[in-house]
Amino acid sequence: MTNETIPPRSPVLSPQHSRSEWLSITLIWLVVALVTGALLWLLTDILWHGIGQISWSFLTTAPLNAGRAGGIAPILVSTGLIVGVCMAVSLPLGVGTAVLLAEFTANESWFGRSVRLSLDALAGVPSIVFGLFGNAFFCKTLGLGFSILSGGLTLACMVLPILIRSTQEGLRAVPDDYRRSAAALGLSRTATLWELLLPAAMPGLVVGLLLGLGRAIAETAALIFTSGYVDRMPESVWDSGRALSVHIFDLAMNISGGESQAYGSTLVLVTILVCINGTVSWLAERFRKSRILVV
Amino acid sequence: MSNSNISFHQRSEAVFIWVLRGLALIAGAIVLLILFFLIWEAIPLLQQIGLSRFLTDPSWHPASNEFNLMPMLTGTLIVMATSVLVATPLGIVSAVFCQYYAPPAIAQLYRRLIELLAGIPSVVYGFWGLVVLVPLIGRLHPPGPSLLAGTLILTLMILPTIALVADATFANVAPEYLKGCAVLGLSRWATIREVIFPAARAGLITGIILETGRAIGETMAVLMVCGNVVQVPNSLFDPVRTLTANIALEMAYAVDNHRSALFVSGLVLMMLIGILVAIAEVLNRGHLYDK
Amino acid sequence: MSYPPSLYTEQLSLHYGSKPAFRDITLAIQPGEITALIGPSGCGKTSFLSCLNRLVELTPKAQLSGRILLGEQDVQAIDVIPLRRRVGMLFQKPNPFPLSIMRNIEFPLREHGIRQRDEIDRIVETSLKDVGLWEEVKDRLKTPALSLSGGQQQRLCLARALALNPQVLLMDEPCSALDPLSSEVVEQLIVNLRGKYTLLVVTHNLAQAKRIADRVALFWVQDGAGQLIEAGLVSQLFDAPQHPLTAAYVTGARG
Repeated sequence: MTNETIPPRSPVLSPQHSRSEWLSITLIWLVVALVTGALLWLLTDILWHGIGQISWSFLTTAPLNAGRAGGIAPILVSTGLIVGVCMAVSLPLGVGTAVLLAEFTANESWFGRSVRLSLDALAGVPSIVFGLFGNAFFCKTLGLGFSILSGGLTLACMVLPILIRSTQEGLRAVPDDYRRSAAALGLSRTATLWELLLPAAMPGLVVGLLLGLGRAIAETAALIFTSGYVDRMPESVWDSGRALSVHIFDLAMNISGGESQAYGSTLVLVTILVCINGTVSWLAERFRKSRILVV
Repeated sequence: MSNSNISFHQRSEAVFIWVLRGLALIAGAIVLLILFFLIWEAIPLLQQIGLSRFLTDPSWHPASNEFNLMPMLTGTLIVMATSVLVATPLGIVSAVFCQYYAPPAIAQLYRRLIELLAGIPSVVYGFWGLVVLVPLIGRLHPPGPSLLAGTLILTLMILPTIALVADATFANVAPEYLKGCAVLGLSRWATIREVIFPAARAGLITGIILETGRAIGETMAVLMVCGNVVQVPNSLFDPVRTLTANIALEMAYAVDNHRSALFVSGLVLMMLIGILVAIAEVLNRGHLYDK
Repeated sequence: MSYPPSLYTEQLSLHYGSKPAFRDITLAIQPGEITALIGPSGCGKTSFLSCLNRLVELTPKAQLSGRILLGEQDVQAIDVIPLRRRVGMLFQKPNPFPLSIMRNIEFPLREHGIRQRDEIDRIVETSLKDVGLWEEVKDRLKTPALSLSGGQQQRLCLARALALNPQVLLMDEPCSALDPLSSEVVEQLIVNLRGKYTLLVVTHNLAQAKRIADRVALFWVQDGAGQLIEAGLVSQLFDAPQHPLTAAYVTGARG
């Protein structure tokens, strides 16, 4: 095959105008239109029906008439508490494990490999099975009953692999040069970790935290029989509390006439999640750009 | 620096590492705890009635001591299969679009859209499906809550998984391949079909495995739109109940044997995921040896 | 101030797993002098250097045999953290920490037990002056070290090492990543350090070795591992080499 000269600035895949090419282009754009249309349909529907529900009183008063009227204030508080318990437990557990795996364990050690394997398995467990586990372990065996604490602890188990993975990535991204020069200066590994590595790995950590947060807020199945259905304002984490996603579920499935309130709650939930995911994307972009500069 | 200073550093570092080891041990033990408690709660019933009754009882009716899981297992598998069959081509085409057919600005917009889809919680999908899709399907062919509704909603939910993984995989295909095809005057679609898809095989398989896992494990959305009648569906318009939906529906009031039976179905779910992972291992290992 | 110590390696050999890095290096480094390690890439000069401050122990599969003496003491008998305070290191690629200029020097000082504010400030100023950076950065000590130029970053790394008051300085091709002007500045700094410290400099640049070193040691790969071919005064190695390889290398005919 002789060396054909490539014309300058030729696009990598040059489109050609044969009939089969037109067919494939049409089909592809059709698929894209379909998917886009479905998403827009869903979003506009929620926005349209939900926006009328949103008001200051909606966000600050309690539900009335089993949720057909009133607001979602206790629901928001319960959700906040559940997610708070979840992050408070999973953060030290997750960051500690990630630090051990990334910095203090050799790759071949049996302990490191077992923990990694176990975490990979944990990441694959369906959320309803977490619900079963949470119910059996936290509610029954540990005697916590239906409570925000049970729900939060169950979610912590679910969110752990996400947090660990992200923190590990953040630590791996820190160049080895820093570790070597710190060692050459006689700095202890713990000092190097706290002063140098963790601050440098912060982007990975924060992204992991936000991803875990988003996952926790969106979760329903794991909470139905761990934190329960009570829609009153919780007095402490030992009380049962209803998360926002569970509220939407209850209104949609069990309460006739609960549709409008469900739309309002859905809009609130989707807005919170869009904000979190948007922040994650923005941080990931900034993280990428700052790494390019440092080199 | 004094000697006591040195040994203090070494001692506090040793303590710190042991604390980390303890944390990692807890994290690593969780999945074992889950298996343990599933088995612990399932054993009473298993000991009482053995395994075969879960396959051969007349139907699922815990109140009358009937525990046949097959209709719901079949329901899970059918819903999984139909949604994966629809979502995979849609997702792969979306990725192809982003990488090779769309102007960069539109590709980025579409990617953001897919990421948005991925971020919507399952209960919102279920809710929308319940109030919008199900009545529409009901007008077409009663009753409404059906396998079709489940397939459509689940497709929307797992499509982002395969699309984003495929997108990342295509981005990693060596540009030398593409330049080589351009030089030979091959059409875009031919290049994608003959060169890129084979090169992306491992990544695409991973994506399909991931989306299948999601489809098996999905609870809320299928619970809300599939109708929850315990039966093997005969048509797209029949209602169906999956294992996951079953647990969510009945757990609140299940006691004794009924509760045990639900934990057994939890074990069945774990088994399905396990089989899926084993398939993934085999496929990936086989592919490695190909080279 | 005590006179800088000598360094002595006896039959030093290093393996990474089953691959040998260098074999049976017996070398005496004279106190207060600049010794240049020369030789083509891959003959173990950098690995040799990392044995002297036990940095090689960070590599999991590294196995060392032989003895290293710092002054009269066996390096293995000294605890590693005070060892690395006494034996400082400069890497080829400047790598200041992603912290401010001040913190880059302050952080190691604090870790090694110096905590008083005025003491720290004094040492920071002295070390920055010693490397000629003080005038350039004294008004922006809190700005990120990574905003400095390559040459300035390398000088900061040298200041950081000097702040710990070492006795020996190990330098792995300290100028090779720098532009010619910065290279000259750093080279002059190294020359100024003679007498106060014992210096070991790995370099590819024969002209540089001839300029700055008192003694030179030539490394070469033989029988699959790095070996010490010849060591002696710079005048001897360059003008009257005793080994044919040395003669060939210093005239640029080989390597």
